[in-house]
Amino acid sequence: MAAAGEIFRSNLTELLEESHSGDNELHVLAVDDSLVDRKVIERLLKISSCKVTVVESARRALQFLGLDGDGENSDIGFDGVKVNLIMTDYSMPGMTGYELLKKIKQESSVFREIPVVIMSSENVLTRIDRCLEEGAEDFLLKPVKLSDVRRLKEFIMRGEVKDGEKNSLKRRRSSDDCSPSPLSTTFSPMRHLCDPPSSVFSPLSPSTLSSKKSRL
Amino acid sequence: MLGFGADLLWADMNRLLAFLFHQGVLDEQFLQLQQLQDHTSPNFVSEVVNIYFHESEKLLNNLRSLLMEREFSDYKKIEIHLNQFIGSSSSIGAKRVTSVCIAFRAASEQDNRAGCLRALEMLEHEYCYLKNKLHELFQIEQQRALAAGVRYPMQHQ
Repeated sequence: MAAAGEIFRSNLTELLEESHSGDNELHVLAVDDSLVDRKVIERLLKISSCKVTVVESARRALQFLGLDGDGENSDIGFDGVKVNLIMTDYSMPGMTGYELLKKIKQESSVFREIPVVIMSSENVLTRIDRCLEEGAEDFLLKPVKLSDVRRLKEFIMRGEVKDGEKNSLKRRRSSDDCSPSPLSTTFSPMRHLCDPPSSVFSPLSPSTLSSKKSRL
Repeated sequence: MLGFGADLLWADMNRLLAFLFHQGVLDEQFLQLQQLQDHTSPNFVSEVVNIYFHESEKLLNNLRSLLMEREFSDYKKIEIHLNQFIGSSSSIGAKRVTSVCIAFRAASEQDNRAGCLRALEMLEHEYCYLKNKLHELFQIEQQRALAAGVRYPMQHQ
């Protein structure tokens, strides 16, 4: 059970079956060098009804995705296992989560589209900004909570929504944080206040946000 | 009454938990871990905590070895260990241990060896305290499970 993480591709047919069986289930690839955190994130995701693959390094993550050095998967003739979301720790030995993010965003359109979320125990604004600039979907402050995972899942399940809707979600989070007025709970989408990447605000008080956050 | 024992132990467990929260030894993240435990993963908390203990002891040994070196100067390495320790401690809700690690890290960032040694002492103390209390908690939990189990016929799978 603990070894759920380190999966290497051995059986192609098996994987093809996997990718077709849980089509309505979110498949999340989690990357973290800490065993404690791997165990926790795996459980958080499983309890949220997600299919989980946990790996211990960015390198392993790239291997799993089929992006390790060879670039295209032309020799396998296969798109790779379908992953709906990548959650990666920021500080990892070797390749950092930030470097992994960059690598994924530099890839062909299929991989570039996969949302990447960075997790970190350090609340450093420059770090957060840098990640969001590189295309990270969100930046979560550790320890990651069930409410964070649920929020993410809902967001991803909605599919590739229009930018406007995406931004309204982010603005709602940030407006909940920087404005005490009840407006944020009644209006949708928000036009004023903060511009993206406003999810910069979410790491600052994640617990307050998750308790204040209203449903669309 | 058989079920009675289980209830008393439940109260004991909650009292200990409340105490640990009140003392700031544990924070809400520990509760979060408990929420992740259910019939599909009935020993989740103790499994994670045992991994944490195992890793922490390695980290503490490394920290002590480093600081006891005659020609010690590798504060960067200390910080790497501490970052790991901070990460895992906050992931299980070990609030006091996390705080001491952060203070330790500050001393290291100032190349303050004496400060580091003091912080290490405090860290070892806090960690031991945490470990003992969590062991106590798990013991009560086990006893409670046993006491509750006696009430109902055991299903052997």
